[in-house]
Amino acid sequence: MEDRRVVITGLGTINPVGATVDATWKNLLSGTSGIGRVQRIDVSDLPSKIAGEVSDFEVTDYIPKRLARRMDRYAQFFWVAARDALADAGIAYEEDDPEAYRTGVVVGTGIGGVESFEQEIDTLFHIGPHRVSPYGIPKIISNIAGGQVSIDFNLYGPNTTAVTACAASANALGDAGELIKRGAADVMVAGGADASITRFALAGFAQARALSTNNDDPLGASRPFDADRDGFVMAEGGAALILEEREHALARGATLYAELVGYGMSADAYHITLPRPGGDGAARAMKAALDHARIAPEDISVINAHGTSTQANDATETVAIKTVFGDRAYQIPVSSIKSMTGHLLGGAGAVEAIASVLTIRDGTIPPTINYTTPDPECDLDYVPNEAREAEVRYVMSNSFGFGGHNVALIFTAA
Amino acid sequence: MDRSEIESKLNDLLVDELGIDRDALAQDAKFEEDLDVDSLGVVELLMALEDNFGVKIPDEEAEQITTVGEAVDLVEKKLAS
Repeated sequence: MEDRRVVITGLGTINPVGATVDATWKNLLSGTSGIGRVQRIDVSDLPSKIAGEVSDFEVTDYIPKRLARRMDRYAQFFWVAARDALADAGIAYEEDDPEAYRTGVVVGTGIGGVESFEQEIDTLFHIGPHRVSPYGIPKIISNIAGGQVSIDFNLYGPNTTAVTACAASANALGDAGELIKRGAADVMVAGGADASITRFALAGFAQARALSTNNDDPLGASRPFDADRDGFVMAEGGAALILEEREHALARGATLYAELVGYGMSADAYHITLPRPGGDGAARAMKAALDHARIAPEDISVINAHGTSTQANDATETVAIKTVFGDRAYQIPVSSIKSMTGHLLGGAGAVEAIASVLTIRDGTIPPTINYTTPDPECDLDYVPNEAREAEVRYVMSNSFGFGGHNVALIFTAA
Repeated sequence: MDRSEIESKLNDLLVDELGIDRDALAQDAKFEEDLDVDSLGVVELLMALEDNFGVKIPDEEAEQITTVGEAVDLVEKKLAS
């Protein structure tokens, strides 16, 4: 199994900057933000009133009504992304197709069906147990997005879920790649989703002092690495990538977007929400990914940063990059698309993987927008405000989550 | 409430609350086979019946319902008693 290589043959996403991969990429390259004042729910008494919403999402435009109403919004987002990614890859299975037994799913989600959880708990407390929905439990559980996709697209292979908070869909991609490498599957639908623009989630993250309260300037609120950053901006959406064993993809004449060559993980073992000062954990994940890819730090052309726009993350990630790349850190473009998308939590790593893959395909790096005031603690090249053309060989994409989970992925041209 | 009113209200519930296609509704339509209402959907249907008709339907009676017409029968009986 040593020779099995993992390529990417399909992409799908629905997120605050675009309802398709093409729209997303166009908006990322033009520096268009998807953030605004929250419309879906009452935020009048919440500290953070801004978010990256998937606006105009009429679920029945995508999913049959009977099915959609049994699914939480997070699962709907993943379902749509998975559908689009499968179509992009040219994969559609009838029931019992032998190929479908070699195709699986790994989903990452931070919180799962939190909106449904809130609704059902409200029903339990205010009406009673006899009115809790029979779909309540299947709507909230974090693994249901993967289960539902397997049901509707006839995918009989390995099916699991990563729940490592904001690193979840990076883990999903890495884990799916490993399943292909060890021969457990030939094709994997991998990615993630969250839909946490809810009163509980916004209140909880605000109490953890993680959210921006720059409510008067929604477009400028997510400003990774800028001196005036004041927290991340909540966002929702999903993304899925089709990972495929390289020979399998070539044999069926699939389009190869890129190859997934590196997957590194570590734990901070430090604090539930704060990164370990000095960024040792993040640095070890990046080094592990380089080792896995059997490349040297010099080979990395671009870093797609975790770059959340919190004080702690951006400063710590910067230190960690310097630890791994030394003086060359200053020559590597480090960009954070969260400046435009906001933070999709468990969906973030997969949206950023799509951006990384397209950066390789097009030789264009999306910018970090809202970068106006340098922070002495963040002194790298953050691709400020304008997309940039570059010769791109290897892209590293970082994702870090509450709990101290650190993940780095490395992609290159297929 | 006469039978046709019950029928019409039940049809609205099935469409609005269970998401069933109105065209598929018929008195002899079977919930499981014809309308894709699984065991969880039956529970949801019961909740909708109780809330909207103000009746109480014990599980053992609910288990007897297999068609739209039988649901109308049950509600009619409950309202009369």
